[in-house]
Amino acid sequence: MKQERILEVNDLRTRFHIAEGTVYAVNGVSFHLNHGEAIGVVGESGCGKSVTMMSIMRLIPIPPGEIASGQALYEGRDLLKLSESEMEDIRGKDIAMVFQDPMTAFNPVLTIGRQLGEPLRVHLGLSKEKINQRSIELLEQVGISDPPQHLLDYPHQFSGGMRQRAMIAMALACSPSILIADEPTTALDVTIQAQIVELVLRIREQMNMAVIWITHDLGVVAEIAERVLVMYAGFIVEEAIVDDLYGDPRHPYTQALLAALPRVDKRRDKRLQSIPGAPPNLLVAPTGCPFVQRCQFSFDRCRGEMPPLFQVGVNHRAACWLDVITGKER
Amino acid sequence: MKNVAESGLLQPKPGIPILSPDELETPPLSLGQLTWRRFRRHRMAIFGSVTLFLIIIYAFGGMLVFSEADANRTDTGNALQPPSREHPYGTDTIGRDILARTIYGGQISIIIGLTAMVMEVILGVSIGSIAGFFGGKIDSFLMRMTEAMLIIPQIFLLLVIARIWAQSIPNLKLMGRTFSGSVLVIVFVIGITSWPYLARIVRAQFLSVKENDYILAARATGTSTRDIIIRHILPNSSAPIIVSATLSVAAAITLEAYISFLGLGVRPPTATWGNMLEGAYNYIETAWWLWFFPGMLIALTVLSINFLGDGLRDALDPHSRAA
Repeated sequence: MKQERILEVNDLRTRFHIAEGTVYAVNGVSFHLNHGEAIGVVGESGCGKSVTMMSIMRLIPIPPGEIASGQALYEGRDLLKLSESEMEDIRGKDIAMVFQDPMTAFNPVLTIGRQLGEPLRVHLGLSKEKINQRSIELLEQVGISDPPQHLLDYPHQFSGGMRQRAMIAMALACSPSILIADEPTTALDVTIQAQIVELVLRIREQMNMAVIWITHDLGVVAEIAERVLVMYAGFIVEEAIVDDLYGDPRHPYTQALLAALPRVDKRRDKRLQSIPGAPPNLLVAPTGCPFVQRCQFSFDRCRGEMPPLFQVGVNHRAACWLDVITGKER
Repeated sequence: MKNVAESGLLQPKPGIPILSPDELETPPLSLGQLTWRRFRRHRMAIFGSVTLFLIIIYAFGGMLVFSEADANRTDTGNALQPPSREHPYGTDTIGRDILARTIYGGQISIIIGLTAMVMEVILGVSIGSIAGFFGGKIDSFLMRMTEAMLIIPQIFLLLVIARIWAQSIPNLKLMGRTFSGSVLVIVFVIGITSWPYLARIVRAQFLSVKENDYILAARATGTSTRDIIIRHILPNSSAPIIVSATLSVAAAITLEAYISFLGLGVRPPTATWGNMLEGAYNYIETAWWLWFFPGMLIALTVLSINFLGDGLRDALDPHSRAA
């Protein structure tokens, strides 16, 4: 079992020291990723999804950022302890990232070909013709027509969908073993979204690549991920296989989140449910459960102590002092 | 396509032009083409480029007509001759031909302008990019240093450094010609006092460009810091660097003229437009040809370079879509 894990993150804590105080962005996150597995990370804006991944990639600006504690073991090596140049070798080669907004993720003054060739040049040290040849293959793989012509194009000549495809091509250039996709479909319209999801699924299968898909779209997660982590205010509050998460959510936050989803098969004359209140202020050091202010089940213990992730089923863990099924305290 | 059109079946009515596929789709213009198009529209810039080109031909082509010995030959019997057939620009206080001296002096002035610019760009770009990219303490240190340079009046700094070093460098022999060592001193002095403005411009560019998502994306693909600076941020900052480098050539030529006019610049017998003016000071009313020709050349060169710089500024601005 241990052998299967390609990435294991333990007790990761990331903070930002800014003028207003300290932002507790990630507060002890632990999870693992198996070879070739796809996990989804969901949660609302500002819950620490991106910061967690950026911390693992060591892309957090330090200062103001600080990785206060934790481990991120990639094939046994702790990424958080590597030197900057060792990390440069891993970024793009072993772990690649696709960003949210394809419109801004390309350098406007360099051609697509030059940017696509960058990881090939940096990591594999290929010759110019080889880079060109491989770039053409990559663009073909992500479904861009007439690759030789498009390699000479500048980013502004690409549409949003094409850019995101090119971003994915760039991430795939060195056949990474992990692809971190940070809300790659958020900036795209729905039809393009579906194409991109389908593209990543196909490539993942071809290359047997592990995928971490960050999103706040629960529909997309259901399609792409095998396992889901639900994050809230810098904590993982629930972790489950996709079907379990949708069919049998065990954390009040996950339940509230799912209840707030619009559904095709429900009556539409009622307003959508929403979660009352707002997420906690991250400038205050967390003491108890972060969801306590908005939770209908909260009691004294929730305020004073953060519940650990309890095992609630096979591959199903939830961080709540209450067993929401039986109503009993743990 | 052509066969179908020729067969007559699809022949359009007369008067309707037949469009070939090439005409149906205009290929997008490259950045260089767009820049050239905008530059071409800038009349003053074209005027500047043409004049500058002519001045360069004058200074370097003139070598074929006059030898350097002509420029430096003294003939005290013929001193202070007004323009004539033999000496079209007249002669100076010790009888040297002013035409030949403006040619050889022009070479030195232009070379000083260019090399001082290169030095300024190297210093300014490296200091500005390091300060802008790394920020924090390095930035504070470099920027305080830059400000320290800026608060001292440049002309004062120039004169002091020129005075200290002027005599200390021996003459150089290069390509069969002897140059006064003071040329090097002047280049160095101008280069070392002019970089702060450029450093500030570059730093400001870096501060804004480095925050872009594509820099983060480049880091995420494992691009090293050096590559990010050189391959990603610098090309994004090239327009202001090119413009200010162009303008600084003009500034360097002017500065050289200042220092030489004050007698601390390039030593005779090597001529520059600036040190030709030095001797003219006492003859402003009596021998106008002493200052008129070198002075005009300096003014014309500086003016052309400034027009050129102005044109480049507009042409390199990607936001200007004016045809």
